[in-house]
Amino acid sequence: MHEVGIASSIIESIEAEARRRPDAQFTAVGVRIGELSNVDRDALAFAFEALTLKTPLEHLRLEIEWCPRRQKCLACGEEFVVKDWELTCPKCGEARSTCIGGTELDIAYLELEEPCEKS
Amino acid sequence: MREVVEKKVLSENDRLAAELRQRYREQNILCVNFISSPGSGKTALLEKTLGSFAPGTPVAVLTGDLQTDNDARRLMRYGFPVRQIVTGGTCHLDARMVERHLNELGFRGPGLLLVENVGNLVCPSSYDLGEAAKIVLLSVTEGEDKPLKYPGIFHRASLMILTKTDLLPHVEFDPKLALENARKIHPEIDYLALSSKTGEGFDQWLAWLAALQQKTRQEAPATIS
Repeated sequence: MHEVGIASSIIESIEAEARRRPDAQFTAVGVRIGELSNVDRDALAFAFEALTLKTPLEHLRLEIEWCPRRQKCLACGEEFVVKDWELTCPKCGEARSTCIGGTELDIAYLELEEPCEKS
Repeated sequence: MREVVEKKVLSENDRLAAELRQRYREQNILCVNFISSPGSGKTALLEKTLGSFAPGTPVAVLTGDLQTDNDARRLMRYGFPVRQIVTGGTCHLDARMVERHLNELGFRGPGLLLVENVGNLVCPSSYDLGEAAKIVLLSVTEGEDKPLKYPGIFHRASLMILTKTDLLPHVEFDPKLALENARKIHPEIDYLALSSKTGEGFDQWLAWLAALQQKTRQEAPATIS
């Protein structure tokens, strides 16, 4: 279980961003977690909540986008989602394909409110 | 307002791993990262591997565990530089730990750096250590479906080694099924089967390692004299 470490890395990124923009109010962070990333969604959400409790980031929402494994067929170029470990192209039956999704462990976006510039 | 960030969660580890990879390339070091469940035979494989090298062969070992330096003591008997990384509870090695211990070890290439990760099939697969290859071990006393249960590591590993083959007559383990499962996740994964106890399959393993070393050497920049 390394979700606490993953959550810490996400929080460190946000803290770095918060130092850069001290006036901004951060409301949410969006992360992408791939099926092959070995990160458990529930454990990550739990770790994130526990680590931000009673900190300035306590009310920050963690928005997780779950990414299934996706392959691209080496013959016809079809892109498909893998179900039941079936890597054969559903369109042309080609066995060879390359992995194009499912390993994500990314911070995609931050949602924040910044006070309006004073004129 | 929403602001696009688009960065890897582990970007700091990735940055350090890229530095290590650059160092390995410059110093002509082949680094391989051994990953398996606890008790699959990583240390035994390393012992037998070190035992097969002639004295003075440029090889070093970093071995990770939550606690104790037992593995380092086992491995030191072969006369090569070994350093234990005690993670103190962390379930994987990261690039910073490897960098620090490599500096303390004072190992410089050209040569071979064997990194034994913490026994765990989950977390170590997320942390790039700058290695040329991840090697996943599966012993015949485990289940053939482990590749399906832990797809992340089998997807990232270049080689799967089936260990403890001397026990095959005593257990209900189907190597063919285990390999089929691994190739469902990663069709191109290399495969070897061996016993660190009897030495069966070791020639193929050492040949695999030598071939990777040869390939790495060809990709390394010309030495500046």
